[in-house]
Amino acid sequence: MAQLQLYFQKFLTNVQKGIWPYVATLAHILLGTLLVYISPRSTFAFLTLVTSFFSLYYLKANSRFKLITGIALALIIIPILGVRNIFYLEIIFQISVFAALALGLNIIVGFAGLLVLGYVAFYAVGAYLWGFFGSQQYYVMPFAPGTQPANLPFLLPGDTFYLFLMLAIIAAALTGILIGLPVMRLRGDYLAIVTLGFGEVIRVLANNLDKPVNLTNGPQGITPIQRPTLPGFVLDGFNGLFGGIVGHPVDQASLYNVMFYILALIIIIVIVFVTKNLEDAKVGRAWAAIREDETAAVAMGIPIVKMKLMAFAIGASFAGAMGALVAASRTFVSPESFSFMQSIGVLSMVILGGLGSIPGVILGAATVVILNLQILQGFSLYLSQLRQSDAVIPIINFAWRNLSAQLDPAKYQRLLFGTILVLMMIFRPDGLIPAARRKRKLLLEESESEVEE
Amino acid sequence: MKRFFKSINVRELLLPLGQLIVFSLGSAVVLSAIVLILALALDKTTVGLAVMERFNASLFTYTLINLPQVLIDGLTIGFVYAAVALGYTMVYGVLEFINFAHSEIFAVGAFVGVEILIALETAGVLSRVSLGMAFVILILAILAGMVAAGALAVTVERVAYRPLRGAPRLVPLISAIGVSFLLQDLIRLVEGLTTGQFNRIFPTFGNFDQRLVFGEVGLGATTITMGISIKSIIVIVGAVLMLVALNYLVNATKVGKAIRAVAQDRPTASLMGINVNRIISLTFLVGGLLGGAAGVLYALKFTRIDPFVGFFPGLKAFTAAVMGGIGNLTGALLGGIVLGMLETFAGSYMGVFTMGVAGTEYKDIFAFTILILVLIFRPQGLMGENVSQKA
Repeated sequence: MAQLQLYFQKFLTNVQKGIWPYVATLAHILLGTLLVYISPRSTFAFLTLVTSFFSLYYLKANSRFKLITGIALALIIIPILGVRNIFYLEIIFQISVFAALALGLNIIVGFAGLLVLGYVAFYAVGAYLWGFFGSQQYYVMPFAPGTQPANLPFLLPGDTFYLFLMLAIIAAALTGILIGLPVMRLRGDYLAIVTLGFGEVIRVLANNLDKPVNLTNGPQGITPIQRPTLPGFVLDGFNGLFGGIVGHPVDQASLYNVMFYILALIIIIVIVFVTKNLEDAKVGRAWAAIREDETAAVAMGIPIVKMKLMAFAIGASFAGAMGALVAASRTFVSPESFSFMQSIGVLSMVILGGLGSIPGVILGAATVVILNLQILQGFSLYLSQLRQSDAVIPIINFAWRNLSAQLDPAKYQRLLFGTILVLMMIFRPDGLIPAARRKRKLLLEESESEVEE
Repeated sequence: MKRFFKSINVRELLLPLGQLIVFSLGSAVVLSAIVLILALALDKTTVGLAVMERFNASLFTYTLINLPQVLIDGLTIGFVYAAVALGYTMVYGVLEFINFAHSEIFAVGAFVGVEILIALETAGVLSRVSLGMAFVILILAILAGMVAAGALAVTVERVAYRPLRGAPRLVPLISAIGVSFLLQDLIRLVEGLTTGQFNRIFPTFGNFDQRLVFGEVGLGATTITMGISIKSIIVIVGAVLMLVALNYLVNATKVGKAIRAVAQDRPTASLMGINVNRIISLTFLVGGLLGGAAGVLYALKFTRIDPFVGFFPGLKAFTAAVMGGIGNLTGALLGGIVLGMLETFAGSYMGVFTMGVAGTEYKDIFAFTILILVLIFRPQGLMGENVSQKA
């Protein structure tokens, strides 16, 4: 075992030298691409492809090489493989959505140290903003849900979506400030409960604002919501360029998936850029000071309220943008998508990846989404197959057929989130990829304890 | 025997009873007055006219006639909240930590009690018991719920909170949220594997569903019966007994003294020879026992339970604890009663006063609004000292 570990360590150090990082990265990407191309339904192949992002991130290489390879992987390889099996594109889209949410929450919880449990409220603001203006809801207002006449016109053309993407950012940031203002004075644990309350308030409002004026269409949700138009030449161009590789003509619906994936990617890149710059800017250092010791931060002359509100506003704005994007992509919003469980799901992504660590949070989002959509669902499928078979558990003589049909692992997300939170807090509170600042602190603590020994 | 009675601190037994009565009466009088004044003010407006059209009675009489029932319902749910709030407040007093999983401990208590009763029902026992036996069985079910919830609370503390003692404040809180989620799905998993369904119904037996009717009052074309169901009485009596017992335990026994000492200053308490870990476990045990009993009582009152049954009562009980001043036992009683009353009042009258624009559906967020207002204007709560700003 120790021998194996030695080899592994040797491999890890050697692979970072010379041209090996380039070879390893390209080999990983190529392997993933080939695997997914040959067997589009295999989970293993998909995971190989997705993890190639991480070898791209970790292996030491020229940054220009990383950029070009990354762009090729994200903009060419994944869309082409994605339209061959739309489910994977959906997973990657969900990963990007949740990564954006987790990055936003990371600013509030990880950077500023304010535990917010109602984060999806901001997501809901963005989603309902485009949900209202991008659908017929304006004309549905006088009618109770389900009673509106058919053939109502749309309020705005679909292309105003891009304008509303910006407006959603502003609206969510304003909501963040509004929610943040009254709770500024509260200490951490109270803040958590109050924001949880705000999250529930927004959900209940979305559920019940179908009267006196029908704003949200109640529990049924708003549908259809428009998408921005996809010009015909894009479709023709895509088919002309990649039709041969894909193997079948791509229809507009699939290409819409590609478009939303690319939009989500652009938002993520902007968010990462903003977050990275904020982290080491004056604001980021002020947040760190507040997080570590509020009293000391006040003494140093940091404007606490302003900084905390900024964390709220910036964190919320990311969620607002993603909300609008998801509303357009799904063409549907309903209060159900904004439950407390979603907030905790995002929190568990942040905790799993590492508070305050940008690559960590993205890894956390990817892991949780894949666990949720692939592993749990695969397990569900396996169980239902077992249920239909004649198999029997040998020792206790239990026939799989008698297993309750209610037992569907895909529905046990709470178990997943809860386990992640508890285990991470007990065994690795700094997350899978600890933030640089925390890493420094960890090293310091270790050397201190060595001195004591 | 004589010595035993002498050793009982009568003052500590009577004091919480007195407080309960004062709080109940006080909040009842204040809220009734507010509602009646509002009704009088709105009587001549469109609101009053709408009520007149529907019930053929003025808004004021409508409000007045419904008042006794609202008060009884509010009191019942208020006592349940108070019992759950005590669990939060006990733990907070000792550890300064919000035990987020307390709502699931409440739910586990409810499930254990209800499952035992359902098992007895399918065995055919419940249908032929006498009235006295029915009460004995109910008490046994409550005790079983208490034991299960208490054991669970202690286990959770041992596994998920104790390793994190001394970590930054948010760490145990996040762990507690995780435990809460984990337990919700564990209940679902166990129920799914054993019974195949998640919603359980409290079986009907004994005379708990009966209503003692005081009288009928005519309201325009309809008549409204005023009464209190036996189960409401059971809930109130059970909750009062628990609250008094807890108050006695904390304020008049040696163990209670140790609990208070640990709450005040942990290191010094341990220097005085108090086993701090044991006292903390005991605090969780007591909180869990109360939560479990409250769970079974809740199931008795509202009949239907599901694995997420604890979420809203838990949050409201927490609100109640904060409202009364968290860490303060009397405050939790007051907060529970006031919140239960406020919520029932809002649920019953808001719909009428706003002409159906905002009704019972906003009942659940009503508690949050109160929580937010309390935290903004009086963060130390109604009865708490000013500690909540301590960083």
